[in-house]
Amino acid sequence: MKKVSNRLFMGLVFLFLYAPIVILIIFSFNAGNSNTIWKGFSLHWYQELFKSRIIMNSVYTTLLVSLLSTVISTIAGTFAAVGFYNLRRRVREPLMTVSNIPMMNADIVTAVSLCLLFVAFFNGWESFANWFNEVQSVFYLTPRIYLGFGTLLIAHTTFNIPHVILSVMPKLRQMDRNLVDAAQDLGCTWFQAFIKVVVPEIKPGIVSGALIAFTMSVDDFVISYFTAGTTSSTLAMTIYSMTKKRVTPSINAVSTLLFVTVLVLLVIINIREERHIRVQEARLKK
Amino acid sequence: MRNKRALFVIPYVGWMTLFVVAPIIIVVIYALTTAGGEFTLSNFARMGTYTSVFVRSFELAIIATLICLLIGYPLAYVMAKEGPRFQRIAMVLIMLPMWMNFLLRTYAWMSLLENNGLLNQAFSALGIIDLGNAINGALNSFCAWLNNGLLEWINGLFGSDFLLNTARPTDQTFFRMLFTQGAVVLGMVYNYLPFMVLPIYSVLVKMDNSLVEAARDLGANTTYVFRKVIFPLSLPGVLSGVTMVFVPAVSTFAISKMLGGGTQLMLGDLIEMLFMGSAYNPNLGAAVSIVMMLIVVVCMWVMNRFGEGEEQAVML
Amino acid sequence: MSKELIRLVNCSMAFDDELVLDNINLYINDSEFLTLLGPSGCGKTTTLRIIGGFTTPTAGEVLFDGVRINDVPPHLRQVNTVFQRYALFPHLNVFDNVAFGLRIPKAEESGETKGRKKKKVKIPESEIKERVMEMLEVVSLKGFEHRHITELSGGQQQRVAIARALVNRPKVLLLDEPLGALDLRLRKDMQNELKRIQQQMGITFIYVTHDQEEALAMSDTIVVMDQGKIQQIGRPEDIYNEPKNAFVADFIGESNILDGIMHEDYVVEFFNRKFRCLDKGFAPMEPVDVVIRPEDIDIVPEDEGQLKGTVTAVTFKGVHYDTIVDFKGFKWLIQTTEFHPVGQTIGIVLNPDDIHIMHKSQYSGMFGDYSSYSEEYDEMDDVTLLDEEDDEEDRDHEE
Repeated sequence: MKKVSNRLFMGLVFLFLYAPIVILIIFSFNAGNSNTIWKGFSLHWYQELFKSRIIMNSVYTTLLVSLLSTVISTIAGTFAAVGFYNLRRRVREPLMTVSNIPMMNADIVTAVSLCLLFVAFFNGWESFANWFNEVQSVFYLTPRIYLGFGTLLIAHTTFNIPHVILSVMPKLRQMDRNLVDAAQDLGCTWFQAFIKVVVPEIKPGIVSGALIAFTMSVDDFVISYFTAGTTSSTLAMTIYSMTKKRVTPSINAVSTLLFVTVLVLLVIINIREERHIRVQEARLKK
Repeated sequence: MRNKRALFVIPYVGWMTLFVVAPIIIVVIYALTTAGGEFTLSNFARMGTYTSVFVRSFELAIIATLICLLIGYPLAYVMAKEGPRFQRIAMVLIMLPMWMNFLLRTYAWMSLLENNGLLNQAFSALGIIDLGNAINGALNSFCAWLNNGLLEWINGLFGSDFLLNTARPTDQTFFRMLFTQGAVVLGMVYNYLPFMVLPIYSVLVKMDNSLVEAARDLGANTTYVFRKVIFPLSLPGVLSGVTMVFVPAVSTFAISKMLGGGTQLMLGDLIEMLFMGSAYNPNLGAAVSIVMMLIVVVCMWVMNRFGEGEEQAVML
Repeated sequence: MSKELIRLVNCSMAFDDELVLDNINLYINDSEFLTLLGPSGCGKTTTLRIIGGFTTPTAGEVLFDGVRINDVPPHLRQVNTVFQRYALFPHLNVFDNVAFGLRIPKAEESGETKGRKKKKVKIPESEIKERVMEMLEVVSLKGFEHRHITELSGGQQQRVAIARALVNRPKVLLLDEPLGALDLRLRKDMQNELKRIQQQMGITFIYVTHDQEEALAMSDTIVVMDQGKIQQIGRPEDIYNEPKNAFVADFIGESNILDGIMHEDYVVEFFNRKFRCLDKGFAPMEPVDVVIRPEDIDIVPEDEGQLKGTVTAVTFKGVHYDTIVDFKGFKWLIQTTEFHPVGQTIGIVLNPDDIHIMHKSQYSGMFGDYSSYSEEYDEMDDVTLLDEEDDEEDRDHEE
């Protein structure tokens, strides 16, 4: 009986979590332009979505910045974690604290501080470029640079790296320290040992780190809002600017597409994992 | 030999210096200077005008954190007791909404909470709105009766003029939900609930069951075991959950804009306004940001005092 | 005499300010089974890691076949290691673990002197297969090649680790407490197995352990270490019968160690009584440590004994009784097959060859009294645990 009430409670919480999303999805197929009154099934808003340059561009920007920053931060974070792992405790701990700041700090503070840094750099650059253009005329440096995709990518990478480090570190710690020695003993150089032994060992940490980084990037709004400037806009920023005026149900359509993509990916990952676990269990039984 | 590998941190330390440490230093410089670049502490003094914003932010964030805890702890507890397969699925279900941008999630609530939104439609269909009107009416007459009887007598006695409200609306066709504080709290709870569940869950699921069995063996009943063993041991998870909900909640700005309709100005909105909006004053904004940072530091300090801070953060 | 293979010359190692190895001088012969024996923190693992190339000594030289190899990285040394807790690669199966070293392209041996750009040679897969299977047969693991590491028992993992090292045909195999994680029965079997493999392969084994029985059973040569110094080097019999100081006497087997005075050659005084012994060459009236092994003491009726004492504790050990006897406040451990109840007064007889005399050392007075008998046994049980901690500590230093 207790189990039933437990499940009921869980069911209610999941209803709370998913009801808004389900409704959002349902109304993406609404013929009318309302999120409240159902006027029949249609794919109208999906057509609109693909016609809307603003939304499509922002989806593209979101995916691109998320993917790029995930790749960069996964590689950089893994190497940084290996470095941290090999550091003395006395040096490692203060550095780790600094490294965790972007993750722990309130998003808006990270956003504002990065924004100020970029602006300060642009001002510095402007003076430098002006001076440089004055003293010579072979190269022309553009004096005005603005917030844009580059700064957006830097900001995302900055807050993603600590997540990768924190998910790789425990795997490194769990690893038998002798493994690297063993591989070197058997004739590997350090780098060969890293690729052949360390990477397979910490792979779960790297994968989950990459996954977390990607999630954080896709989910982010505040930091993008402050660092993307006016030239590039993520999906979140587009929605935000729309809510000030009127939101088109195309947003529902894009949400639906995103949700379904993620769902399918997760189902695939989980089925694979499940199979893997089952194989291992079968092996252990043998 | 091993020391050489430590060199791998050097590029990252460079990156950190440039994009973590330097920005914070710049914020500090801004906070301590005037627009003209002279040293001043007046930015901090001028924050006094925004006391109400601070109070409201803390109020709403604390309420949202408590609600998250009240829902999140039992959820984590119940989840940790299920079989491994079920747990995996439940974990995915909790994480899944996070892959949709949090603005999309908030936007979903906007249309639900509207005056003629689905929730109000449902309430009206179920007669809840009529019920609300009826209750309001009953309360009105009850208060009127108290005003005319008991309170009139008391007022007469003390010379005061204390009266209860009798003007609750009885002709509503909808509940006003969007653009209220309640909506903002709801948005925070909805968005940040996973941050509460995950760390608590990870502590509970790792807990050694033999401790519970030992407590039982020593004669403790279920409630006692929970109070004296399970809850104290899960405290690090609770603390990190509280931090992870409280920090974004107190600093949010999009949620309060979208669900609070700009009427519920919070710290995040204030910072945004001072940097990009109508009340452009980056120096003051930097000062507010520093206060924000101090709040985070205090939270972290509390969390780390009870250990395991780093490990918890891994969960997210 | 076999030929010398490895030599450590004045090797010292310091982590921060702590001296872990203090001026070690040691040579190791070809085809020898040499054991580094000592308690946790004595420097034995550090010595092994220096030979393996995982650590560079802060002072001194490591010579291999007469060539200095201080700066040669581990992957270029003709030495392979069986690690504590095996360090098998969990993501590979048995075959791939054993084949790991063979699959790495190696520089051609002749090309070694021709500068940095060496031609890399890959061993063909057919040869790899042949060598791996051959080696699995040597360690009695035929038919296990497709098993996953996690599906193996401790003893089997141990064999994989040995095969993985030996398949590379090293000149020296280093073994770092390889039997530490096995239970007693398996440990005995593996001791024989290791000895057999060593003789079959005819290569040098350098074996690190804290277990004196293991060392005595397997080694050609034992190096007893403590506090970063070599205390004694010798054949097992010599180390047992003629310990150099109180530490060695106590660490190898059980010993009663008493203060004595050497009157002249072959005459020693302790407990105010002169005894004949077989030692000579001490200064007249030199204070010495006297070692008497518990199993050498004969218990006789009270009035026939050279010394008289009272039994204070008896423990049954299977083959014999451990009897603690109080002689004027100093407690001796005596091992006999007869039972003597607590409270009984007994006499003992010491023959000249039961008494072994040592010079005084820094260890004098620290060992050999059985007043706190039970504690001493506890210590021995803890050794495994302590040693693992010690290993971690070693690594922390290296960080």
